[in-house]
Amino acid sequence: MDQQVATPASSAIIRSAVDDPKVTSKDVCVFYGEKQALFDVNLDVPRNAVTALIGPSGCGKSTYLRCINRMNDTIPIARVTGEIKIDGQDIYDPDLDVVELRARVGMVFQKPNPFPKSIFDNIAYGPRIHGLVRDKTDLDELVSESLERAGLWNEVKDRLHEPGTGLSGGQQQRLCIARAIATKPDVILMDEPCSALDPIATAKVEELMLELRQNYTIMIVTHSMAQAQRVADKTAFFHIGYMVEYGDTKQIFEDPQDKRTQDYIFGRFG
Amino acid sequence: MSTWLITVGLLAAAAAAYLLSLFKARATVKGEVSKLHSRLGYYGSYAAIWTILPALLITFIWTAAEPQVIRSLVEKDLPQSVQSQPDALKSLALGRIASVAEGLPKLSEDEFKVVEKARLGFAPMTDAQNILQEKGVVLGSTPEPYVISAGYDQVIYKQNSRWMITGIAALLAVLGFAYSYFSIRPRLKARNTVENVVLGTLIAASTVAILTTVGIVFSVLFETIHFFSEVPPAEFFFGTVWDPRFTSVGRELSGAEGQFGLIPLLWGTLFISFVALLVAVPIGLFAAIYMSEYAGPKLRGFAKPVLEILAGIPTIVYGLFALVTFGPFLRDTGDLIGLDIAASSVLTAGIVMGIMIIPFVSSLSDDIISSVPQALREGSYGLGATKSETIKKVVLPAALPGIVGAVMLAASRAIGETMIVVLAAGIAANLTLNPFEPVTTITVKIVSQLTGDLEFNSPQTLVAFALGLTLFAITLVLNIYALYIVRKYREQYD
Ligand SMILES: Nc1ncnc2c1ncn2[C@@H]1O[C@H](COP(=O)(O)OP(=O)(O)O)[C@@H](O)[C@H]1O
Ligand SMILES: [Mg+2]
Repeated sequence: MDQQVATPASSAIIRSAVDDPKVTSKDVCVFYGEKQALFDVNLDVPRNAVTALIGPSGCGKSTYLRCINRMNDTIPIARVTGEIKIDGQDIYDPDLDVVELRARVGMVFQKPNPFPKSIFDNIAYGPRIHGLVRDKTDLDELVSESLERAGLWNEVKDRLHEPGTGLSGGQQQRLCIARAIATKPDVILMDEPCSALDPIATAKVEELMLELRQNYTIMIVTHSMAQAQRVADKTAFFHIGYMVEYGDTKQIFEDPQDKRTQDYIFGRFG
Repeated sequence: MSTWLITVGLLAAAAAAYLLSLFKARATVKGEVSKLHSRLGYYGSYAAIWTILPALLITFIWTAAEPQVIRSLVEKDLPQSVQSQPDALKSLALGRIASVAEGLPKLSEDEFKVVEKARLGFAPMTDAQNILQEKGVVLGSTPEPYVISAGYDQVIYKQNSRWMITGIAALLAVLGFAYSYFSIRPRLKARNTVENVVLGTLIAASTVAILTTVGIVFSVLFETIHFFSEVPPAEFFFGTVWDPRFTSVGRELSGAEGQFGLIPLLWGTLFISFVALLVAVPIGLFAAIYMSEYAGPKLRGFAKPVLEILAGIPTIVYGLFALVTFGPFLRDTGDLIGLDIAASSVLTAGIVMGIMIIPFVSSLSDDIISSVPQALREGSYGLGATKSETIKKVVLPAALPGIVGAVMLAASRAIGETMIVVLAAGIAANLTLNPFEPVTTITVKIVSQLTGDLEFNSPQTLVAFALGLTLFAITLVLNIYALYIVRKYREQYD
């Protein structure tokens, strides 16, 4: 098995071609200081679909996800090479404004992280920063629309001015999704969005993902293979910094080709 | 033997008891120490504690009580004429007796015999007087015979007392050792006893700390009540004039009453603290933001301790700086631009005090800002906010309650601060809005009411306790509230 670990990039198994991809990665490498965390990742992410990233802990899933909204820029020692394009536009182009990029690529984190502000102000945070609304009525509308899309409107419409931190964990996570939607992104990145939630809250968030996929391109890191099978159209398997195998979710789970993918999926390690 | 010698002796005894019990404990299980309830060392400690603790406790208690007991014994034997004197004269007589008692042990054996004979009536008292005077013991111009007898008695009492306590300590040590030594069995729960003693010691230590605080508060409280029996509380708390009129000899005759209005002092205190916060809060907060959000780890590791050193400078040094350098500088600058700034003024004291409390604000705020979870920052970046937007709209609002707590802690430091204001605020109790004029503060007046040679029974000095208690109440409330806020803030992110 140890010999297989050093598989060169070109040997990543790509099972199905994606035409008109939303996000394309070419030879993406990430270094934390001297240490390389990601090796030559090539991946085409389809638009208006859910793509799951799976693999054992520490294999670089989060690292890859954070390349796509350039969140790794906030880590001083992190360095990214290679090319990532969204709708054909190079997002590491020095002329590109990272603030604009992050408005277009929303992110939802592992632990719900609502700001210690009211529910309303949590949602209004992004639109206000980016000047997306002209007046109060616009803002009210955007807030209610975002909450509705996140399936939270009915639960919070009477308490918009209470603190967002007072919601339950599952509600908080949907609030964070609504907050991301409010800046009108077209890609949403989710890093283990359900790992801090109970099964019922998880089911709600999954339902939400399936609904959002009609209008958004969603990339989700998950440790739950059942979840990947329930929500994802495509699945990519990562292993110690390499993207090993990528294809339709059904193919990956029913008929994995690479030995490492098989071992992981059939529960032999990780 | 002196208490010190007894202690050393007991320590030696305890060490011996430790070793003996160790051997015995080992012998009871024939070397198979795993059969013992506790580890071997605990049996040693068990015996050592029994040997030393009761004896030492009795010794210390007796040492504390000894002077009182001897004094009352000596006093009881004094002639009726002395006993009926007023307290002041009586304590003078006791003082002279004590100096004789101190002189006696310095005599040679022969000389002491002479004094002994005089005391017992076999020789004239004048012999004893002469000997004592030769040795330089001051007896006064007409030494009464009872002084020497009483002094002699005191020495003898002291000697007897020492023999007694040495004997008692030795006896207790032996009994304690015997009890523990013979109770050593494999099933003896030596560890539990030892741990209880350790626990008891810890409890005793914290009790002492708490009782001391309570004691201080009560003693101040009683003096304050004493003060309020002479000056009505309403006059103190709501009076706007501070004019305590020291009862110098002339004034006492004129019968002028002092006025003890707290308001001007409180005003001065709050005014100066306000100026101090005006200086310290922006500087401290900006420094904290820079250090927690922008500075690299290297710079932070260097700058933070340096800033905290500011807090370690003795406040008298700040006071000197204010008095000698900064006050005159402000005055001269004022002259240049046509402002009339006194060298000792609200501004001088306030600014220098502000510099002093910068580290309190910055260090605590820095901790608090750093404890805002990284997840909140990332959430904000993820929505496309820049670093400064994130700090302004997410980090600072999240940290605000904690920062308010930090500022209030700094404020209570400022209110209780003494040396800077003593040197740089002035002593005139002005009720003014002009920051260029001198004012005075509660702490300054406490100092000035108590400096000098004064009896602690006039309102002029007792007022210091009322002031102290007021100050204590203000800072206590501020501190409790600040700590409450900071704690609540911490809980929010745990
Ligand atoms: N901020 C960081 N600094 C240094 N190393 C990091 C950092 N974040 C992640 N890494 C390293 O990069 C590798 C991949 O981590 P990550 O992407 O978080 O894995 P995953 O999300 O798949 O569990 C790990 O070895 C991890 O130790
Ligand atoms: Mg991760």
